Amino acid sequence: MNETFVGMPAFPEAAREALDDTTLRGNLRHATHTIRAKRAATVAEVSDWAELREAGSRIKEHTLRHLDRYLEQLEESVTAAGGTVHWAADAAEANRIVTELVRETGESEVVKVKSMATQEIGLNEALEAAGIRAYETDLAELIVQLGEDRPSHILVPAIHRNRAEIRDIFRTAMAGWGRPAPEGLSDRPAELAEAARLHLREKFLRAKVGVSGANFMVAETGTMVVVESEGNGRMCLTLPETLISVVGIEKVVPTWRDLEVFLQTLPRSSTAERMNPYTSMWTGTTDGDGPRAFHLVLLDNGRTDTLADEVGRQALRCIRCSACLNVCPVYERAGGHAYGSVYPGPIGAILSPQLRGTASEIDVSLPYASSLCGACYEVCPVAIDIPEVLVRLRERVVEGGPAVREGNRVVLRPARGHAAERAAMRAARWTFTHPGALRTGQRLASRARRLRPRTLPGPGAAWTATRDLPEVPAEPFRDWWERTRGGKEETT
Amino acid sequence: MSDRERVLGRVRRALADVPEDDTPYERAVPRDYAREHGTRTVAETVELLAENLADYRAVVHRCAEAELPALLARLLVARGARKVLAPDGLPSAWLADADLVAVPDLAASTPYELDAVDSVVTGCAVAVAETGTLVLDGGPGQGRRRITLVPDHHICVVRVPEQVVASVPQALERLSPTRPLTWISGPSATSDIELDRVEGVHGPRTLEVVLAGVIPSVGGTGQADGTPASVGE
Ligand code: SF4
Repeated sequence: MNETFVGMPAFPEAAREALDDTTLRGNLRHATHTIRAKRAATVAEVSDWAELREAGSRIKEHTLRHLDRYLEQLEESVTAAGGTVHWAADAAEANRIVTELVRETGESEVVKVKSMATQEIGLNEALEAAGIRAYETDLAELIVQLGEDRPSHILVPAIHRNRAEIRDIFRTAMAGWGRPAPEGLSDRPAELAEAARLHLREKFLRAKVGVSGANFMVAETGTMVVVESEGNGRMCLTLPETLISVVGIEKVVPTWRDLEVFLQTLPRSSTAERMNPYTSMWTGTTDGDGPRAFHLVLLDNGRTDTLADEVGRQALRCIRCSACLNVCPVYERAGGHAYGSVYPGPIGAILSPQLRGTASEIDVSLPYASSLCGACYEVCPVAIDIPEVLVRLRERVVEGGPAVREGNRVVLRPARGHAAERAAMRAARWTFTHPGALRTGQRLASRARRLRPRTLPGPGAAWTATRDLPEVPAEPFRDWWERTRGGKEETT
Repeated sequence: MSDRERVLGRVRRALADVPEDDTPYERAVPRDYAREHGTRTVAETVELLAENLADYRAVVHRCAEAELPALLARLLVARGARKVLAPDGLPSAWLADADLVAVPDLAASTPYELDAVDSVVTGCAVAVAETGTLVLDGGPGQGRRRITLVPDHHICVVRVPEQVVASVPQALERLSPTRPLTWISGPSATSDIELDRVEGVHGPRTLEVVLAGVIPSVGGTGQADGTPASVGE
């Protein structure tokens, strides 16, 4: 069971809706262009970026190759340090474990650090059904929660909202969740942040249970790492008496020393900072400092199925920096909601169909939500070849073949009723009617990619056979990037 | 079957066709990235720390160790701070000149009591020049993690040059994972509203850093001139 946004139309329809929303597109364009320009500058500061990227990729690759061993080691270290480890094969089990743990404390509310894993399993909804209120404390997540909205970006989930919209949401909804917005609240970011501070502080100070994810878990020492900016993470991780962390099994790294790689690449890739304002590291429990009880819930939920695919498994290296979203011409135009999952953008297009399988219409269409331009691969700090996985998934959708679902080997049939073909053709039509997305894609596509097939499999082949593709200029990605400075606007 | 066995079993089956690989971990990952970026004298490393701290909007002060009490007193007066939290192990001389109500760091104190504190003064475990980061590990003079979080004003004293390293790899080498660690780079900040950076959403809105000790001059006359910051560690 996985959180799919209910009634989610396939990617092309959802994207078309987004394209009609000019506010959303404006907000999104501003944001992605700002971050990617800043990111390029911060990355340029480190002369050994290529070596760090290679090391990061190899650490993750090695860990995945010996994942069972490192998970067992992690369990041992966390337990030795005073924590309790739980295992959850799927979302339902993870939600059940967390709900029971909260119930045991006798509390009926929890404060939450922004976490993709808990969104993926729909934890807030599961807790609510059990009569437990979960408060999101990251400013962007608060905006999303109060606005009864969905996140649209990994790093800045409310990226699609501008300041006036945020003010309106605060004015209307804050009172229903606790301390109301101050009288006469304006749309100045400082004032909005202050309103959030007051609203949430009340919750932090009384909270008895915190729920988080983690960016990294160190097998050797049992250390958990949470990287954040606002301090809401520190509040949730240190003030409550009980801390429950729900973490995907792919987040483990072997040694303490490995953090030296990711603490350099993650902040620069995601927020384009030399270092994010706060990083918390804890190992089990510490007498007199922080929570008295620490529970770690190790989450599978489709990760082992992903691990079983020799091409697709590289998606599990992802450290959720979101750099690939900010360079993606399709994401920029379609927006995060169009991907129908908590993982939007290029990484979402390869991760969601692997975690959830390709049974639904949206998941069938996701491998087509890309122009295969390769910009995502270029920026990825752990060198995930996203285009390669996309092509693999298209093949899977169209031709079927062996796969693993919920731990069982299955043979997938080609998508029934030409669902795949419909998805692909609609995606193609969508791209062709939005020349900006296409043009960017094709320019980038000229870069010689070892693994990029000449024709697309299945309906992709039909697509390339029946359409006269415009000449693909022989301009490598780097040249294009230089010439357009990576951020100049395409007119659509 | 428990979920533990189920998950581990799935992992093993998923990896069944991956060839055996017994390479020891030390050799499995190439680590030819830099231990620090560029070569700097100790003075330059301290200077870089100051620059990067300021770049992320921490307020940076410098003084000789002997001038610390007077400087801290001045900073607290400027802030109008009366109730000041001083963790165990903070040298008592540091706050000797300040007129304040010293609040101890007690395990039993509630978050509400902490919220009523004006300022907190701490030391640190190590500071990272390349990133402008302070790391606190709960050691003497640093207190529990929450004391540098709930009050709105944090003054952190870094002993220079001995607590300063150039890079993240060098910092990790000095730290112990068995202690709770907080890495702080500038005051609390958010960029969630149209990517405008706003300081102090939840953590302290003001972070002041005092670089205390013999500050070798960048020109290269200081006693520690030419010696990398990590020598002798
Ligand atoms: S796929 Fe790579 S670039 Fe995209 S979020 Fe993950 S780590 Fe970052």
